[in-house]
Parts: sequence; C-alpha cells; structure tokens
Amino acid sequence: MSKPLNVDPADLSRDYFRAKAWRGHFRRPSVLPGFGLTFGFTLFYLTLIVLLPLAALFLKSIQFGAEAFWMAATAPRVLAAFRVSFGCALLAASLNVVFGLLLAWVLVRYRFPGRRVCDALVDLPFALPTAVAGISLAALYAPKGWLGQYFADWGIKVAFTPLGIMVALLFVGIPFVVRTVQPVLENFDLSYEEAATTLGANRWQIFSRVLLPALLPATLTGFALAFARGLGEYGSVIFIAGNMPMVSEIVPLLIVTKLEQYDYTGATAIAVVMLMLSFAMLLAINLLQAWARRAEQRR
Amino acid sequence: MTRGTTENPWVRRSLIGVALLFVAIMLILPMVLVLSQALAHGVGDYWRALSDKDAISALKLTLLAAAIAVPANIIFGVSAAWCIAKFEFKGKQLLLTFIDLPFAVSPVISGLVYVLLFGLNGWCGEWLREHDMKIIYAVPGIVLATIFVTFPFVARELIPVMQEQGTDEEEAAATLGANGWQTFWRVTLPNIKWALLYGVILCNARAMGEFGAVSVVSGHIRGMTNTLPLHVEILYNEYQGLAAFAVASLLMGLAVVTLILKTIIEARTARAEEHT
Repeated sequence: MSKPLNVDPADLSRDYFRAKAWRGHFRRPSVLPGFGLTFGFTLFYLTLIVLLPLAALFLKSIQFGAEAFWMAATAPRVLAAFRVSFGCALLAASLNVVFGLLLAWVLVRYRFPGRRVCDALVDLPFALPTAVAGISLAALYAPKGWLGQYFADWGIKVAFTPLGIMVALLFVGIPFVVRTVQPVLENFDLSYEEAATTLGANRWQIFSRVLLPALLPATLTGFALAFARGLGEYGSVIFIAGNMPMVSEIVPLLIVTKLEQYDYTGATAIAVVMLMLSFAMLLAINLLQAWARRAEQRR
Repeated sequence: MTRGTTENPWVRRSLIGVALLFVAIMLILPMVLVLSQALAHGVGDYWRALSDKDAISALKLTLLAAAIAVPANIIFGVSAAWCIAKFEFKGKQLLLTFIDLPFAVSPVISGLVYVLLFGLNGWCGEWLREHDMKIIYAVPGIVLATIFVTFPFVARELIPVMQEQGTDEEEAAATLGANGWQTFWRVTLPNIKWALLYGVILCNARAMGEFGAVSVVSGHIRGMTNTLPLHVEILYNEYQGLAAFAVASLLMGLAVVTLILKTIIEARTARAEEHT
C-alpha cells in the first residue's frame, strides 16, 4: 500500500502549480520564502522615494488651477525653451544615429589596434559626471578654445549658441545608439550577407537592404533613448549653452530659474509638461524594445 | 571573414579612420583638456587647489551621500530582484516600469519633487519647520536626491541575471531544508556577485557625479551643502578655471576607474559564459 514516492517533491509541487493553479490569485505559489518581505519592502521603498514625490508634483499643479497652469506652461519664454530643447535633442539624436551606427559597425566587424580601448571609451559619457563634461566642452568650443578657434575662423560660433547645446547632447547620447545596436550586430548571422552576395548584391545594396532593416528596431530604440536623455539633460548643457532666454535656454534650466525666483507655479507647470513627455517617451521606448526583441527572435 | 561579407580595404580603412577621429575628438580630447587645464600651472598649484578647505568638505559630502545612497539602493535592488525574478505575480510589468521611472525623469525634476515636498512652501514644509528639521538646502535633501537618481541601477543589473538563472537551485536548497537567508547567501549570491558588483559600480559613479538633481536641492552653501560636482560649477562660474578643472580631474579619475572596472567585469562575465 505505502509505496514510496519516487519523485522529487520540488518537481511535484512545480508541476502542480504550473497547471495555472494560481489563476484568480495574486501570485503563483512557490516553495521559496521571502516574497512577502521583499515585495513589501520594494513597494514601500518605491512609493516613498519615487511615487509619492512624483505624485506630489502632479497634486501641486492641480492646486494652482487650470488657468494658472495653462498660462505658465504656454508663456512665450517657455515655448521657446521647449523649441530649443526639442530641436537640439532631435538633431543631436539624429547625429548620434549616424555616428553610433558607424562606431558599432567598426567595433563589431573590424579588428584594429585600440579597438578595445575605443569600446570601453564609448561608455565615458555614462561615467563622466555631467558637470565635468560641461566645463570641458565649453572650454574646448569657446571662441578661443582648442576646437572653437577653427570654427571661429569660419565665422561659426559653437559655444554659447544652440550649436553648443547640440555638441553637448551629441556627447551625452553616444553610448545609447552604440550599446543598443552593438549586440544585434554581434548576433547577426553572416550567412544572410553571403546569400545576398551570391545573388549578386554589392556591399552597399547589402548594407541598405539586408543589414539596415535588421538593425532598424535597435537603431530607433537607441535614437529614442538618446532623444529622451537629451530632453532632460542639464549638467553638460548649461555651461556651453550661453543660456540666453528665447535663444539658447533649455527647459530644465528654465525650471531651475523659475525655482530660484520662487515661481513655484511656473516651475511646477513646466515640470509637469516635461514629465508627461518623459512618460510618453518611456512608453514609446518600451514598445520599440518589444519590437526589437520580436525582430531578434524571428531570426 | 568570408568573401562577400566585408568591404574593400579602402572603405574599411576610412570607416575605421572616421570612427577613431570621432572617438578622439568627442571622447578623448575633453579628458585631455581637463588634465591640461588642471596642471596648467604645475603640480604645486594643482595640489593647492585640491587641498583647499571647501574642496575637501565638498569631497567629504560627496563621499557621505554615496555612502548612504549606494547601500540603500543595494538593499532595494536585491530585494526587488528577488521578488521579481524568483516569483510570478500580477502587475510585475508595471512594477518594472515604475522602477525605471527615475531614469526617464530629468535630473532637475528629480530635485524639484523633493523641494515641493519638503521645501518651505512644500507639503511638509510647515511641519518640518515646527520640528526644527531641514531637508531642502541641507544634507538630507542631497542624500534623497542622490538616492532618487541612482534608484534603478542595482535592480536593473540584477533582475535579468536572476531571471536567466531561474529558481531551480534555490528550490533545491529550500527542499533540502535551507532557510531563506541561507538560500540567498549560499546559493543566490555566489551566482549574482559579478552582476551585483557591476550595478554597484555604475550606481556609485552616478551617485558621486550627480549634478542636476543635487543642484536643485542643495542651495549651494559652501563648506556645507556643496558636493564635488557643484563645487566644480561654483569655481568655474567664479572664473577660477584652474581650481575648477583640478576638482573636475578628480571626478574624471572616478569615471576612468569606473570604466576600467566595468571592462574587467564584462570580460569576466563573457569568459564565464563561454565556459557554460
């Protein structure tokens, strides 16, 4: 009668619970301990540090009333700042796509002296404090700086103009495109290119018709990440931007300026608009990443 | 490489050339400039700029903020990774998105939300003043802002690694009678130690280098609420270029060390993956 069970109890429980036994419950039962503790702490800490403060921002903006909010968010200086921020971030992210694709390609496909150093250096904008990048770029591109003097010869002012903002955002955005495209390129099967060659395609045709479509999802993700970062970037930009209202003033700086003038309505209204944009970007990036994953799996 | 999957040598060389030029101008030149400006008047002046009393108090505050923010986010990261990677529950995707939020928010807004909460006109401002406590324009605000901006780093590194490893080993340990702590310390931690270290290094670099969020809550009181990046800004705006770049070179050293450690860990992880 009492035949010993010749099964691993862990397997038994797993098979039992895998049968969707947790439908209608909050979580799937598990033999592992600590869910309550870790989930509770995670939720508590997340709420305290992130969710409550962000909620406070939205509540504050409601307090001001719709009319004050609208006035503050659509003042000419605010709209100009949004134009500057959007324009510079968009252009910088586009340049990042060009140079990011090139860098990823060269790092993955070619072997040359200094390749590993270059690969490591791509992450420099992540690791270098933004204030350091800011003063360094400002000094480089100032009219008498190491690089600025050559631009000055051509009558081009880089530092203290919107062009300077773009340079700073170009710097900040480099790793995003490289690091999203690089893994896709590393996993790309060479046989596709071989097949295209056999069928008579030249290198350019292969690049534009075989490689580029495969890299598109990752490239767009990198673009969106660089753009989102560029919109909110503060430290590396303010030193090189010149910060002239209506001309070279970015949105994050305007928030700081309003705050320093104790204009809480203005600062909060701009911040809420900015935050909505960030959330929209986050959603777009999540969708892009899901698309990129699906594209990767298809191959 | 097979024929037909590479470019002719001239195309290849010029692509490498452009890439190297880009790296040299955009990434290496800024670092060279920092060093050359910092050492423009010799090592003596460089050293004097670094041993200035405001610079040292800024360094201390930066170390203090990181010493609180990094461990706090390690505890959170491990805890979040444990419940997300080892259990199935509803709303997991939403929780993951929330954890990512601080990366999507402009650093300036990260500071602003705390001003709105704890500043004089904020939700808790009145109460804090009555109890003689100060968060904004004081050290607690700087620590809070630092925690906010470095919030996702550890969790984001751990979650994918722990998800990939699954729950088999932990379930085996639990079945053999190990309790939760034993399972974590002896089974899980050895598996995730490199990912954890990687997350900690990135978290620390950002914690010590954060500028925007900290700038909003700091109030820029010299010797009191000034961190190293904020001190760089003050010196630069006062046209003390040499001192600004000297302090900046310290932070650049931190970035270089971070990159080196990161590269070493990545190489180790790649080798470990080849073994399996």
